[in-house]
Amino acid sequence: MIRAQGLWKSFGDQTVLERINVTVEEGEFITLVGTSGCGKTTFLRMLLGVEPISKGKLDLDGRAIPAEPGADRGIVFQQYSVFPHMTALANVVSVAGFGRRSMTGLLFGSSRREATEAATAMLARVGLTDASHRYPHELSGGMRQRLAIAQALMARPRILLLDEPFGALDPGIRADMHALVIELWREHGLTIFMVTHDLKEGFHLGTRLWVFDKTRHDPHAPGAYGATITYDLPVGSRPTPVADPAPLAGALASTGSDAAIALS
Amino acid sequence: MKRLVNLDAPPAMRRMLGLLPFVLLIVLYVLASDARLAINPADKLLPSFSSMSDALLRMAFEPSKRSGEYLFWTDTWSSIRRLGIGVGLAALIGLSLGIATGAIPLANALFSPLLTAVSLIPCLALLPILFIVLGLGELSKITLITLGITPFIARDIQRRAREIPAEQLIKAQTLGANTAQIICRVLLPQLLPKLINSVRLSLGTGWLFLIAAEAIASTEGLGYRIFLVRRYLSMEVIIPYVLWITLLAFVFDLLLRRLGKRLFPWELPE
Repeated sequence: MIRAQGLWKSFGDQTVLERINVTVEEGEFITLVGTSGCGKTTFLRMLLGVEPISKGKLDLDGRAIPAEPGADRGIVFQQYSVFPHMTALANVVSVAGFGRRSMTGLLFGSSRREATEAATAMLARVGLTDASHRYPHELSGGMRQRLAIAQALMARPRILLLDEPFGALDPGIRADMHALVIELWREHGLTIFMVTHDLKEGFHLGTRLWVFDKTRHDPHAPGAYGATITYDLPVGSRPTPVADPAPLAGALASTGSDAAIALS
Repeated sequence: MKRLVNLDAPPAMRRMLGLLPFVLLIVLYVLASDARLAINPADKLLPSFSSMSDALLRMAFEPSKRSGEYLFWTDTWSSIRRLGIGVGLAALIGLSLGIATGAIPLANALFSPLLTAVSLIPCLALLPILFIVLGLGELSKITLITLGITPFIARDIQRRAREIPAEQLIKAQTLGANTAQIICRVLLPQLLPKLINSVRLSLGTGWLFLIAAEAIASTEGLGYRIFLVRRYLSMEVIIPYVLWITLLAFVFDLLLRRLGKRLFPWELPE
């Protein structure tokens, strides 16, 4: 479904990513981990279509990824993912209006009723029924992310991109969100890419783990080489717990990665 | 004793403190006015409150001997009308330009340099040109107000549009929104409260241009009246008019703030 061939990304003379060669099948759940600034978010942004590709190919179904965001690729950011001027319900209903051939995307009459029903069901699915008439600033961080996910799913994307979606949440709430994401991934047959700082989260969720790291260093030109995918591991067939991550932690520790610290 | 920077008063006392300078100013005025009037009862410089209220009542409730109009209300109405149309047009044009240049890179490339250049023109210097081209009627006065504050509003809205997190615009696109929908549903609703703030800030400038235009060429209006009666040193008219303008400015500001709160409940105070 997605295929990267010799993918490079550089900003000026700073190489961020290099030699990325991967193939992803429909329905995979991939977690991307690595140090800060190692390019995992950049990779996600290339999939999203907001970051131009410097060299190589990044294909979706054999064709280059469109150079702008579209309804086939949903996104949830760490923050600012929902519209602050709409209630939770309106946030989800708005999706039904977007993509229609109209200036405003406003819905009237029966289409509005149908959209409201679908949105209400979606909010119930993510556990936000009681909050449907509240504005995002009145919701907790976890509820806002649930809303962002519900809104993204209303557009029926094939691919869901998650950019550190739970980075700002408490551990307890994070566990609930993990369960929710796994369920929705199965229900909707999604292909998920999730960037995370937390290696545990990387192992715990998903079917495949990518570790981004630099393999080449030039001490005189720190920007000359970029990161690549150093580990591409199939991880836990859920719901059984994942394999012992200790060997990988050792390997990461030798590169000074903060992902290793997250493990300990 | 706490440090001065940590010292505060209870709310009632804070209000009293706020009133204190007003009371002092009024007392000072009354003392000075009485002192001058005691020496010369015909003094024009610091009229007593009674002569000011007489003048105001005469302007407001007696028809003018010359035209039969109630001058105070005619002046008020024509000034508010000019200011309202001028500022309203500026808000509309400023909002459109601000959104276009803030959201659409090509529009930004096209209009931004012009906007910057126009905003640098001291607008009062354009007044003679406006009078020559547009005549001495309403059009030139309204144009002056609009020209004077549109660049400010446009640039403010442009900046605000860019402050809206890119994540929201990307999110809207991943939900299938086209450019018009992004503008109508994501940008516009979030910029309208900013527009109200922007208009509130530019009302002061609007009054300035209004009074300048009225002072130079007009037949009625608050600014016109002040400059007209200046010839007779009629401080008993000028002072109430200035206070009235101040009160109007305060009320407009208050109304706009209330309107903003009513219409945009999601907006957090800055």
